[in-house]
Amino acid sequence: MVSDRIAQVKRILDGVMDPELPFLTITELGMIQGCDLDDDGTVVIKLTPTYSGCPATDAIQDDIKSALQPVEQRFRIDIVHAPAWTTDWISPEAREKMRLNGIAPPEGSSADKAFLLGQSQTVPCPRCASSDTRLVSPFGSTACKAHYQCNACAEPFDHFKCF
Amino acid sequence: MADQEHEWILRLGDDALVLAQRLSEWCSHGPALEEDIALSNIALDLLGQARALLTLAGQREGRGRDEDALAYFRTDREFRNALLVELPNGHFGDTIVRQMLFDQFAVLRYEALASQLVDLELSAIATKALKEVRYHAAHSARWVVRLGDGTEESHRRVQESLNVLWPYTAELFEDDTVSQACAEAGVLPLNASFQERWTEHVKGILNEATLACPESSALLTGGRSGRHTEHLSFMLAEMQVLQRTYPGAEW
Repeated sequence: MVSDRIAQVKRILDGVMDPELPFLTITELGMIQGCDLDDDGTVVIKLTPTYSGCPATDAIQDDIKSALQPVEQRFRIDIVHAPAWTTDWISPEAREKMRLNGIAPPEGSSADKAFLLGQSQTVPCPRCASSDTRLVSPFGSTACKAHYQCNACAEPFDHFKCF
Repeated sequence: MADQEHEWILRLGDDALVLAQRLSEWCSHGPALEEDIALSNIALDLLGQARALLTLAGQREGRGRDEDALAYFRTDREFRNALLVELPNGHFGDTIVRQMLFDQFAVLRYEALASQLVDLELSAIATKALKEVRYHAAHSARWVVRLGDGTEESHRRVQESLNVLWPYTAELFEDDTVSQACAEAGVLPLNASFQERWTEHVKGILNEATLACPESSALLTGGRSGRHTEHLSFMLAEMQVLQRTYPGAEW
């Protein structure tokens, strides 16, 4: 019975999309860090923000609430900061979906030396796959993205920063 | 210790909040679209850090104040940020030099906070913030080098920015009973312990930027005990007016 409730909540969470990347779920992005019952039978959902100031975090909480309310009334969303969210938690399938939607996914791991030293990485163009691309601006349309352009096909594109 | 820790967290939160508010003033006024977006993104990261830190400060204080109560219903004398972050934006060079000076400090402070095991809530916030401020630090350093080692005019102007801002940097490394108590508790080393590495990193950037490191021994201080420049009062008047007029308003 208990596991049924949790399983149902998890199923619903699996359908909540990220408002800025509407082709990816918050689960695929690694933002759900737990879903368990506490002592008084409340379902506690642990949500971790991608960036400290990501404005989507508030919108995501509202989306979770409206998705859950028809089937589950006793739940609570806790914002957790540890362990800190990392792009390493984004699955290979989710990275492929990013590429298909014109966003270059994070390359490699956040523990890579190049990332730690702030060196620029090769970011292949999501449109033509050329590795001849250039960084236009390290800050892009949302906190999680940088702005690139492809020198081969001239496509301007977002890169989901390795973080 | 509990009282002093709450004070200490307020200092961290207010540094982030006040600089976030300043940087957000650039939104739609940036020198280029990319930089407009960059400064707004940095402001947003800092605001997120401020929200987490002020929430924690309110919990530790135990008087029921949340992030909004602390941001909107304290007077200028109750803010604990360093003077450096409340100074007006000036021109883009002024803003980016201030950002570089602060970012280099923020990285060291968050590194120390992220690695301590005494206060795990604080280390969790710091671990996240550290990734963000490292990214900011790389950006502001690149700009200082580009402007310093740029044209004759850009060099002259950022050298002036540096000369004006430099006397405000010593405050970052000051210690008092609050920071001493935090150091004794093992939460954060003394501020003075960051100075040598900060100076080394900043001098490295200035050297690459062909800028001269000011020799000023002047010390402009007071922010940590609530003695601010008049600029903070004007900034808070704008930031707080809506909540002061319509307390609790949401939309």
